[in-house]
Amino acid sequence: MSTDTNTSVDRGILEAVLPPIVALCIAAVVGDLLILTFGEAPAAVFSLLVKGTWGNAYGIGQVLYKATTLACTGLAFALAARAGLFNVGAEGQLAAGGFGAAVMGLLLPAGVPALVAVPLCIAAAMLTGAGVGAVPGVLRARFGASEVIVTIMLNFIVLALLNWFVSARLHVPETLHTPGITAGTVPRLADAFVMFRGSAANFTLLFAVAAAVAAWWYLFHTRSGYELRAVGLQPDAAEYGGVRVPRVLLVTMALSGALAGLGGVNFVLGYKGYYEDGFAGGAGFLGIAVALVGRNHPIGILASALLFATLSQGGLAVNAVVPKQLTDILTAVVILAVATAVPEVQTQLRAAAARAASTLRSSRTEGVT
Amino acid sequence: MMAVMFLLQTIRIAIPYLLAAAGGVMSERVGVIALGLEGLMLAGAFGAALGSYYGNSPWLGLIGALLAGALVTSVLAVATLRFKANQVVVGVAINLVVVAGTRFFLRLVFDSASNSPRVPGFGGEGIRNAMLASFVNPVVWIGLAALPVLGWVLYHTPFGLRVRAVGEKPEAAASLGVAVGPLRFKGLLIAGSLASLGGAYLALDQHQFTDGMTAGRGFIALAAVIFGRWEPVRVAVACVLFAAAETLQIQLQGAQLIPSQFVEMIPYLLTIIALAGVVGRSVAPAALGKTD
Repeated sequence: MSTDTNTSVDRGILEAVLPPIVALCIAAVVGDLLILTFGEAPAAVFSLLVKGTWGNAYGIGQVLYKATTLACTGLAFALAARAGLFNVGAEGQLAAGGFGAAVMGLLLPAGVPALVAVPLCIAAAMLTGAGVGAVPGVLRARFGASEVIVTIMLNFIVLALLNWFVSARLHVPETLHTPGITAGTVPRLADAFVMFRGSAANFTLLFAVAAAVAAWWYLFHTRSGYELRAVGLQPDAAEYGGVRVPRVLLVTMALSGALAGLGGVNFVLGYKGYYEDGFAGGAGFLGIAVALVGRNHPIGILASALLFATLSQGGLAVNAVVPKQLTDILTAVVILAVATAVPEVQTQLRAAAARAASTLRSSRTEGVT
Repeated sequence: MMAVMFLLQTIRIAIPYLLAAAGGVMSERVGVIALGLEGLMLAGAFGAALGSYYGNSPWLGLIGALLAGALVTSVLAVATLRFKANQVVVGVAINLVVVAGTRFFLRLVFDSASNSPRVPGFGGEGIRNAMLASFVNPVVWIGLAALPVLGWVLYHTPFGLRVRAVGEKPEAAASLGVAVGPLRFKGLLIAGSLASLGGAYLALDQHQFTDGMTAGRGFIALAAVIFGRWEPVRVAVACVLFAAAETLQIQLQGAQLIPSQFVEMIPYLLTIIALAGVVGRSVAPAALGKTD
């Protein structure tokens, strides 16, 4: 690593910020090409996209609503990634969290004050998510089973189980959703700010922001957050330094699942007031994109959640002109481009730094790979 | 007769699994995690529908499937091999891009949100029994042969030896003169072709492409790869086992013995149990996921 702190800080920022910028440029080009194949003018479509999202209060409300869920699943992926774990199971954890919140909301009698009911429902969501996350955690910590595969397989199991519950045990006839919850509703944003009327945005937003701040504090200002990052950077060194690695892996997966589970609150308590089969709708997988572009940093994730929520809502805004899948493609292109650009930018910047260092001090050698 | 019909139905269901799983074995044996099987299959299904529709021949459908598979494989290969992008992230993104891409082009080409028009499939019109008719299809036979042939290639040819070496110890293979990068690329191309044929089978068998028609089959194939411990013959057995469970569920539909959701879970549960090592531990190729 460089000894010159000043340039190393600059390089750190560049390493973090350059890949998303490169990715957005690539996505813009791909978007232009796709719009052209559909015989439309790219500039007109993109301006429609912006107007339909950030151009009016309803659009902003919808973006905020979608960003809330995405922030939770993004934080879930990022927290695990910081420990070197790939939680591809946020989809199932998110759905399970929503289900947990709905069951708690149904169990509580009507009339329980919101101050009691909402925290109980949120706790239920996070605990259910944590439970689902803990399974791959245990299997990884105890048996060394790849958490990538276990989380993917567990998604299918959890979703099938929930589908069975909702279709056979706990549903309003002729639908695939539970009855409406009796307590624990989170107020809509529109209840406080009338302009958001009609949009699904609700105060779960604040819980998501709080979760981001808590995750940031946990990661960078607590002992166990430090251990988590140590395991992610160098598990052998961490173990040698006295960290109980299996325990860290298990706790991290449970926390990651809890964060994804919190996302379920947004739909169940804040929007519909019931659990509906398939509500997660891919938001769990998009969490990977959010974390990637947010560079696994809680604050970056909040910004990146807004970006992907804009793309998602923007698809609906342009659907009359080009298929809304345009923005889904762009989302995937951004993921591919960031994943590709991260190691490349790192290599290039380090090579440049090494060149600079070797011209300045020919005797010094850098740890370049 | 019941038993024969059961067997035939199982084979029909197993064909896309066998093809995709053969691709999965190939991909993971050269060291690239096969998370993109689902996307490769779906791309293959769409390519098959396009080729068969415009060429008015299922054979051109197969070529369309292979081209679509090669296109997606190239993206996967460039990202993971050339740029060393994380394989898990790329795999997830490949699936997302194909789901969205096929929907986009379904609207662009066929002006439909759900399905393509009817496309030609393989014959069998002269045969009265629909089950037997569906066996007049070269993809069925390619599917049945894929894993046994792959097993022979892996263990009895110089190419197979190199593949196994690259999957276990790429540095050692490189020091003995194996060009690791190009070999991985070849392996991925073979994998992509096999998986896309699995998708082509679905589209040609149903005479159309429908949105999301692979419906998670790529992940069942991945489950079979792991449950079969990356050994072609074991993987083939796993595919047939998973297909048999599905067939049983279809045939028992009226009986309601077990809810269908629980039958759906079987492949995934078995795979997790195999990974945890309760009954004979599954151990992945040593270089899996490490293409940097």
